[in-house]
Amino acid sequence: MSELTELTIKETARLLRLRSFSAAELVTAHVEQIERLDHRVKAFLRFTPELWEKQAEEADRRIARGDLGPLVGIPMAVKDVLCVRGVETTAGSQILKGFRPPYTGTAVARLFDAGAVMLGVTNCDEFAMGSSTENSGYFSTHNPWDLDRVPGGSSGGSAAAVAAGEAMIALGTDTGGSIRQPAALCGVVGMKPTYGRVSRYGLIAFASSLDQIGPFTRSVEDAAIVLDAMAGHDPLDATSSTRQNDVLRDFDAGVKGMRLGVPREYYEVEGMEPAVKAAIEAAIKSLREAGAEIVDVALPHTDYGLAAYYIIAPAECSSNLARFDGVRYGMSSQDALNITEAYERTRRKGFGTEVRRRVMLGTYALSSGYYDAYYLKAQKVRTLIKRDFDAAFEKCDAIISATSPTVAFPIGSKTQDPLSMYLCDVLTLGGNLAGLPGISVPCGLTEELLPVGLQVLAPQWREDVALRVARAYEVASGVKAEVAPLV
Amino acid sequence: MQPTTRSKMFCGCAVGRLGDPPNSNVCEICLGMPGTLPVINKAAVEACLKTALALKCEIPRHTKFDRKNYMYPDLPKGYQISQYDLPMSKDGFLELDGRRVRIRRVHLEEDTGKLIHAGDKLHKALESFVDLNRAGTPLMEIVSEPDLRSADEARDYAVALRTLLRTIGASEAEMEKGQLRAEPNISIRRTGSEELGVKTELKNINSFRALHRAILYEVVRQTELLESGGTVVQETRGWSEAEGRTFSQRSKEFAEDYRYFPEPDLPPLEIDPVWIAELRLALPELPGARRGRLTSDYGLPAGDAVLIAADRDLADLFEGAVAAGADAKHAANWIIGEVAPTGKIPTAEHLADLVKLVTSGSITRDQGREVLMESVETGRAPSDIVTEHGFAQVSDEALLMALVEEVMEANPRAVEDYRAGKKQALGALMADLKKRAPEANPKVASELLLRLLG
Repeated sequence: MSELTELTIKETARLLRLRSFSAAELVTAHVEQIERLDHRVKAFLRFTPELWEKQAEEADRRIARGDLGPLVGIPMAVKDVLCVRGVETTAGSQILKGFRPPYTGTAVARLFDAGAVMLGVTNCDEFAMGSSTENSGYFSTHNPWDLDRVPGGSSGGSAAAVAAGEAMIALGTDTGGSIRQPAALCGVVGMKPTYGRVSRYGLIAFASSLDQIGPFTRSVEDAAIVLDAMAGHDPLDATSSTRQNDVLRDFDAGVKGMRLGVPREYYEVEGMEPAVKAAIEAAIKSLREAGAEIVDVALPHTDYGLAAYYIIAPAECSSNLARFDGVRYGMSSQDALNITEAYERTRRKGFGTEVRRRVMLGTYALSSGYYDAYYLKAQKVRTLIKRDFDAAFEKCDAIISATSPTVAFPIGSKTQDPLSMYLCDVLTLGGNLAGLPGISVPCGLTEELLPVGLQVLAPQWREDVALRVARAYEVASGVKAEVAPLV
Repeated sequence: MQPTTRSKMFCGCAVGRLGDPPNSNVCEICLGMPGTLPVINKAAVEACLKTALALKCEIPRHTKFDRKNYMYPDLPKGYQISQYDLPMSKDGFLELDGRRVRIRRVHLEEDTGKLIHAGDKLHKALESFVDLNRAGTPLMEIVSEPDLRSADEARDYAVALRTLLRTIGASEAEMEKGQLRAEPNISIRRTGSEELGVKTELKNINSFRALHRAILYEVVRQTELLESGGTVVQETRGWSEAEGRTFSQRSKEFAEDYRYFPEPDLPPLEIDPVWIAELRLALPELPGARRGRLTSDYGLPAGDAVLIAADRDLADLFEGAVAAGADAKHAANWIIGEVAPTGKIPTAEHLADLVKLVTSGSITRDQGREVLMESVETGRAPSDIVTEHGFAQVSDEALLMALVEEVMEANPRAVEDYRAGKKQALGALMADLKKRAPEANPKVASELLLRLLG
């Protein structure tokens, strides 16, 4: 029943109600797909059979009762930074090995309530710091389109799982592009909502002012459905918003009459591959043909975005990761002579190179005497970048660009050069700094048969606009997210 | 100061009480588990704003929380959520003996947990334990300007703050429960010098007595140091109650860099001016204002007014009793002399009743004490108690005359002595009279006695 692993939520929901198959059978099909492929893709860190059995059973009971919820019985993978009660959750780090949170985060809990069935926990860069999933404290994940290449990151396991048909939907987190970039590199849909749209309660924080949870799916509509189920105010997260957004409003209205902004700065970034540029130009053409007005917009502070991001995110992470001290949970050095030594040993052993690098960068940036020159300056740049977007959205309804300047790169090709890895996020992190909703949709394959992603950014709280444009592109181009042709 | 709240500063846990089993008032949030987030306790904000208003502080429209970063096992998140550059309030004052002690700021933060070391000394401890019941408990930090000139003033200031916080209901401020801790900064300077000397900060003083002793000790230590040609080092020092001395903890060179930055998990707060206005209107009369009114409206001496105004319950009792018809000066005497020392507070009506019974001469002062005690314990009105016990004072001359005659017959020697000019013999006669009949009105009885003695 391998075709069961290629469906979208909409198709599945219809077939489940027609009793073409049961939720239990749907889960079994995905588990078989995992058994067949995951030893090569390595998308999952661990599996949750006790959950999928119970949740699939419950889903079949709900279907029998006539429950029409679109997510009932939908097999889901969850990134290793989202706490699920009783399930080992490690943020891809050795320091949390064996940690089983006694609570489930709000976003996951809402999807459980909506009927989703959890298959397992997906691999990611340690504490979501990375763009290739090679910084995982466990192992690297492979891109289902070319197993010698990275899936992107940090949510690489989730993107790969959906691309390989091992899960119908997956959750990721996006701090500088960690959903959109792996979605682009794996040829699936990935969406980062407006900052504050989805509760961060239960998300192991990397950079609190930038982190958002979002879905990976194989269609734009599926992304909207998953987002809709997760979104909304949560009394446990003071930064979650009470604003409403009907994400499926005008979903199929097309782009006729819409103004789509093309920022020159985003097409001239360092390292933009010609094949990516060509794919995006083709996408622009097809959107124009679909009736959109393409307008030039300026994002003049783009060049400073990366620098600001790599001050703010490490600064917040240096503080967020202070709690991993070996005192209450996770790895703990037992042979130290005093508390300072215990901290040092636990953290040196528990954290990987990139995490240690960012903790040190952030500590430095916040230090007395450097705060004004680094952290404060970066916050000012952040404000300027927000203003750039505000001004751009005066002239257009949404901004379109490549999601990543490159296609998936070979495993190991950037691990020795952190700066080249940081450049992977150059087109996505502006959306995080400004708190905007953004989506990456598949935009065809290069000659090497590697996926390219088209990014749509919309004004804050206008997920509906981002989804409408993405949907219009999906229809106009005929490019569909598909399960990678792994043999 | 720990504001009076049911739950902790950023989670729903009950505020721990002294004696709770270790780690029994904790949840994933105050334990700093991964993925958890703080949410601000509105009651703590309200208590802080009330305190700020009572201290005549300015309340800015915008305020925010910041992270103070340092690692210690009693600090679960590796940072304390506090307020750095935009505190909830600033620039107020507290009146102390007609003088203003300026308040720099009042802000909110969270407390840490507690470490318990197995062994006398930390460096010898074989094991250390962490109790996080207090972690996340709300704290208000009230920072004063360097306006206090002595250990006495510092203690008076602390006492006045406690009175104020209790009056407005912002904190129970019980030192033995750790709800009020002081961190005095001490410096000395030459007489006439304008410039403040190098200061030391004493950490976590938890009684008024310790505050007073520690400051006195520190003043002497600094004086001796300077007089012997040394210099005071800016540092934080601890206070050993047992040894009666302060000791160095951490000098400025080794001071921690707290790397303050805005807490990204809590959006900045915008304080609604309407809320402030409502809180201001709801504030009870503050001790300073009440003290003034007790002297001007009731004619109480300043000393009495201070004692009564310092305790809201006593002040309410006083005004209630006067309203119920008691003489103000007498009511004050009864409150200061009898009610305050026992802490057992009668109703205002009962106190008024009692004061009237004594001032009208129906019962003696001594009887009044007994009646008051019984009234507080049973909740019955003094006049009912007096009637029941036949306590009422006897002033009837005919009845007393018989008694006086009886006393004179029983003490012929004293009578003789008095008539021979030994006036002090009257005392012995009166004592015997009181013994035989405590209810006798002593004034009437002594007049009769003098008349018969000629």
